[in-house]
Amino acid sequence: MTDAARDDDREIIIRVRGLRNGFGEQIVHDGLDLDVRRGEILGVVGGSGTGKSVLMRSVIGLQSPLDGTVEVFGENTIGREETDAVDIRKRWGILFQGGALFSTLTVSENVQVPLKEYYPGLDQALLEEIAAYKVVMTGLPAEAGPKYPAELSGGMKKRAGLARALALDPELLFLDEPTAGLDPIGAAAFDELTASLQKTLGLTVFLITHDLDTLYAICDRVAVLADKRVIAVGTIPELLALDHPWIQEYFNGPRGRAAVAGPNRPVHEDKRG
Amino acid sequence: MRAPADFERSEDNGEAVLRFSGNLSLACLGDLPARLETVEGGVARLDLREVGRMDTVGAWVVHRFARDRGAKIEGLNADEQHLLDQVIAAEHPIQLPPPPQGSVTRALDEIGKAVINSGRTLYGLLGFMGATVLAFWHVITHPRRFRFNATVQRFEVVGVGALGIIGLMSFLIGIVIAQQGSVQLRQFGAEIYTINLLGRLTLRELGILMTAIMIAGRSGSAFAAQIGTMKLTEEIDAMRTIGVSPMEALVLPRVFAVVFMLPLLGFYASIISILGGGLLCWVDLGITPVTFIQRIREVVPLTDLWVGLVKAPVFGAIIAMAGCFHGMQVEGDAEQVGQRTTTAVVQAIFLVIVLDAFFAVFFTNVGWT
Repeated sequence: MTDAARDDDREIIIRVRGLRNGFGEQIVHDGLDLDVRRGEILGVVGGSGTGKSVLMRSVIGLQSPLDGTVEVFGENTIGREETDAVDIRKRWGILFQGGALFSTLTVSENVQVPLKEYYPGLDQALLEEIAAYKVVMTGLPAEAGPKYPAELSGGMKKRAGLARALALDPELLFLDEPTAGLDPIGAAAFDELTASLQKTLGLTVFLITHDLDTLYAICDRVAVLADKRVIAVGTIPELLALDHPWIQEYFNGPRGRAAVAGPNRPVHEDKRG
Repeated sequence: MRAPADFERSEDNGEAVLRFSGNLSLACLGDLPARLETVEGGVARLDLREVGRMDTVGAWVVHRFARDRGAKIEGLNADEQHLLDQVIAAEHPIQLPPPPQGSVTRALDEIGKAVINSGRTLYGLLGFMGATVLAFWHVITHPRRFRFNATVQRFEVVGVGALGIIGLMSFLIGIVIAQQGSVQLRQFGAEIYTINLLGRLTLRELGILMTAIMIAGRSGSAFAAQIGTMKLTEEIDAMRTIGVSPMEALVLPRVFAVVFMLPLLGFYASIISILGGGLLCWVDLGITPVTFIQRIREVVPLTDLWVGLVKAPVFGAIIAMAGCFHGMQVEGDAEQVGQRTTTAVVQAIFLVIVLDAFFAVFFTNVGWT
């Protein structure tokens, strides 16, 4: 937890106000407010079906909400066309749950897609080099570059997806359950990677997760989704001071206690045992 | 904030120094990489003191230049140094794709691959037919394993659901045959033979053939896509582990449905075609419905109906098995589902037409002319 993350005056990168989402009869969000500040890693937690992914989709403009406003970098993202809002799209990178790699392209070509789209002037040799170091930076072996997504394991797909999300060196990174389905060692390495990228690139990270270890290890603040809105945002000690039953159960359940038992240990040690 | 990246060459103590300024980031890079290539002579140091924001692409471009020219990078703050270190740590030689082959070699290569592929598919399809027969035998010996509900549900999707489109298609085909036939036969004053043409052609060949093609496009493709998607989402694997045979649960009901529905639909299509043609005869040639029906009964032998109906279940089995087989062959990614679906339809239609030719020769030889 950095002190800077507690500074309320910092620029707000994502501003969600009065968001209302629903599918047919079912209302997922109602009057949801959320701020994400520059340079922080914000973890978003909530039970299954509380609409964490829907929230992310609303923020990045894939889901049109019934009501409310969403601003990213001070610009509205709701209802924008794919080819519109280019200035925002250049500044964010998104990692979808399954990686969402283009299956007809190799990993290296996948990473080059956003580069070619926005910077057509770059020459092919430089593109290849950029893709190559991005792939290795996300922890993939160098041989993964010319492979197709179908030849990769689930964890490798996630890393390749992250390499594509980072292709443009974005300021804002969305991660949808990045550690789900990874082994604990891989998950800890992914956490470390996220934290180190955040530090070196000054990233702002919007991180959806179920992983308590990730929350303790790298998140500056945590937003809790429940009752169709964000019921609390704060550091983990701040959240623990609240007596909402879901928050208490989440952080003080057996897994929560196991995760809190070792927050000072190096992250690459498996804590679940 | 948006200062473009730039550099300037100067001499310092007899050493060449490049002083960078602006933002060394992707958005501000512009033609900097190309201009760096044109710098001539040795460069001893790269001074990054004046640089604003630097991202990994900027760091890479600087590092690449420093590496190639043996220059030293200086003037970095701690964060920038960390960034540069990370980029350097991730460096590795890139593997270039193998050079393209000559056009003749490539053509031969592709032909060879296509032949091997066709052979494998044919072999696989034969194997799949065998597996279907075995599953069928298994169901006969264990009748309780027969999935009645699933089969009936397929009957509805394959059969009842297709009535509208097949009816419309057949009605129009009947009109076209009668119209074109009458135009040609009028030259001989033999318009009345339009009825022979219409009745025999639709019952013997076109009714069944057009229905088979429509069902291949409508149901065969759906089978391949459904089963292929289930394969991708591991539903088939889940089924197997629970002890449910996908052959019994997925393939047999579909094969049964098409085998039973195709004769019915083919008969229905023939009748609708005859109705369409009859309507045209009435309007265009002045042949009343009563005369038309009487004439149809006289000129169309019952064997024509049998010829059509015997072929239908065989075509049905081919269509259903091609669809299910290609669905089961899906592996890897979503693109395969599309490819396999297309292949299933193309192969089903091709096999149906080849078999139809064999049937035509066969029935002529056994005297059902």
